[in-house]
Amino acid sequence: MSKAILYDSTLCIGCKACEGACAERWGFPYNDQVAAEEKISAHKLTAVIPHGDRFSRRLCMHCQEPACASVCPVGALRKTPLGPVVYDPDKCMGCRYCMQACAFQVPTYEWDHRLPKMRKCDMCYERQARGEPTACAAACPVGATKVGDRDALVVEARQRIAEKPKEYYPKIYGLNEVGGTSVLYLSAVPFEQIGLNTSVPQGPLPALTWRVLELVPDIVSTGSVLLGGIWWITNRRSEVAKAEGKSK
Amino acid sequence: MSRKFPKITIWRAIFAAILLSGAYATYLRVMYGLGGSTNLSDKFPWGLWIAFDILCGVGLAAGGFTLVAVVHIFNVERYKPILRPAILTAFLGYMLVVVALLFDLGRPDRLWHPLVMWNPHSAMFEVAWCVMLYTTVLSLEFLPVVFEKFGWHKPLEWIHSISVPLMIAGVLLSTLHQSSLGTLFLIVPEKMYPLWYTPTLPALFYVSAIGVGLAMTIFESWHSSRAFGRALELPLLASMGRVLAVLMSAYLWLRFLDLARRDALGLLTRNRMETWLFFLEIGLMAVPTVLLFQKSIRMRPGALYACAVMVVFGFIANRLNVGVTALEAASGTHYVPRWSEIAVTLSIVAVGFAIFRVVAQYFPIFEAHAPEVVVREVHTPEANHIAVG
Repeated sequence: MSKAILYDSTLCIGCKACEGACAERWGFPYNDQVAAEEKISAHKLTAVIPHGDRFSRRLCMHCQEPACASVCPVGALRKTPLGPVVYDPDKCMGCRYCMQACAFQVPTYEWDHRLPKMRKCDMCYERQARGEPTACAAACPVGATKVGDRDALVVEARQRIAEKPKEYYPKIYGLNEVGGTSVLYLSAVPFEQIGLNTSVPQGPLPALTWRVLELVPDIVSTGSVLLGGIWWITNRRSEVAKAEGKSK
Repeated sequence: MSRKFPKITIWRAIFAAILLSGAYATYLRVMYGLGGSTNLSDKFPWGLWIAFDILCGVGLAAGGFTLVAVVHIFNVERYKPILRPAILTAFLGYMLVVVALLFDLGRPDRLWHPLVMWNPHSAMFEVAWCVMLYTTVLSLEFLPVVFEKFGWHKPLEWIHSISVPLMIAGVLLSTLHQSSLGTLFLIVPEKMYPLWYTPTLPALFYVSAIGVGLAMTIFESWHSSRAFGRALELPLLASMGRVLAVLMSAYLWLRFLDLARRDALGLLTRNRMETWLFFLEIGLMAVPTVLLFQKSIRMRPGALYACAVMVVFGFIANRLNVGVTALEAASGTHYVPRWSEIAVTLSIVAVGFAIFRVVAQYFPIFEAHAPEVVVREVHTPEANHIAVG
């Protein structure tokens, strides 16, 4: 079963306990100054951002078919069967294609390091592998961030909407976005009002590239036969021309 | 012939200034990382070094494979005199692309990783392999020049014996590489402005690369004829100009057909930065295309050269638009390259020009394929030197 996070913006009180727990788990410094930064960065992998009197959390969406993993030339990123999209810094060569490709602008870079790494949330892979919830979910005092099996969380999200239709915008963000993500959002208002990108495609992104890349073997095989054939004909023609010229 | 200390000219002074600023920018890059040397950010992770050095660098090297195909595969012998300069340009272009990669990669020490860590689903993986393989092919295509210079006949024969598969491999690798640079951007449909995002980007990249390859060949023939005081192969370049006109018309037709199919033409009425930069790009390509259809223009060296330069600039505008302009609006930030990014880019270009000049002066680049009888007389470097001085 694939793990996922359900973030319910209507429950979030903006206490930022998740931010602190995340920083602690990664060993990043966390203080008032970092808490005040309203964006994710290489030293802050999740951020609670106010939108009027509502809040929204930013973190890696852990796509079902992640663009970052498909574009990484060295396979440093990988979607695990458990759900999290994980990163191997020892493979990464720093091309930053993952950052370019991510529809949610999630991957961040250690710009000021001499030997930099990409940084993003890994949904506490090792904790989840032990069956524990993510650090952020464990720290949330109101249950706004909840960890569970994705299918079960989708059912639960639908239930919450059905039970209190007046309090929820009747959609789940992440259900179909870029082919589905392992972080699901519930909100009282349309998602763009809490800073989520609603213009992302509804289908998986890697297919867009693969449609072209899968042609490579055909291009190489057809191309070599074609070019070889053309060379043979033109070469033969000039040989014949030469021989005829000589015989005259 | 006596050797003097090189004269200080305005061009040499500019060259030195560029290299000095490039050296300082390199110091910043090494000591303070990408953050200390570029204006890149989490929201805008690719900048000038990708959009110009890589996208344009590879494209401007396209003359190499285009002419190899024309001369050796389609056997159009009369283009032979301009084959070697085109191969040299391509070879230098690719070497410089690799240098640019060393600047742009966060971990340049891991440049070799794609050799052993594979991900065939990544367009960047394809790009990496194409760069490595085609640079190898180009060096093999260029080696005969070195062997001829030093009169090494054994290796020359060996290279000739594998030349046909080598040339075919080179053309195929270039085809893949030029198009794969377009494939890189297929993954960002929601981020790229619709005047540039299209599923046909790989095909458009390929066709425009062939065009700019021809334009670059005209460009470098014109410059080398001036630098080395040799006659311009005008009828040859003029006929190439006609092919260029046909090719660019085909490209522009494809470009607008694609825009029409995606209902993107309506965007052209919007008063936005993207619209104006789009018109700049298209104008720089369309104007020389129209002009090159006139025989009177093709036969005037200056006008032919101006047209080639316009195509080159139109091509550069296109790649910069794809790599920067088209991605700005959705990124939520504004990217302008830092001085150090520009300094590194200019240095790389300047070094490319300098190496081309030195190699063209001391190796049989321009003369070797002239009519056989004349070769021996003008072959020596001294002869060139006199012509220059």
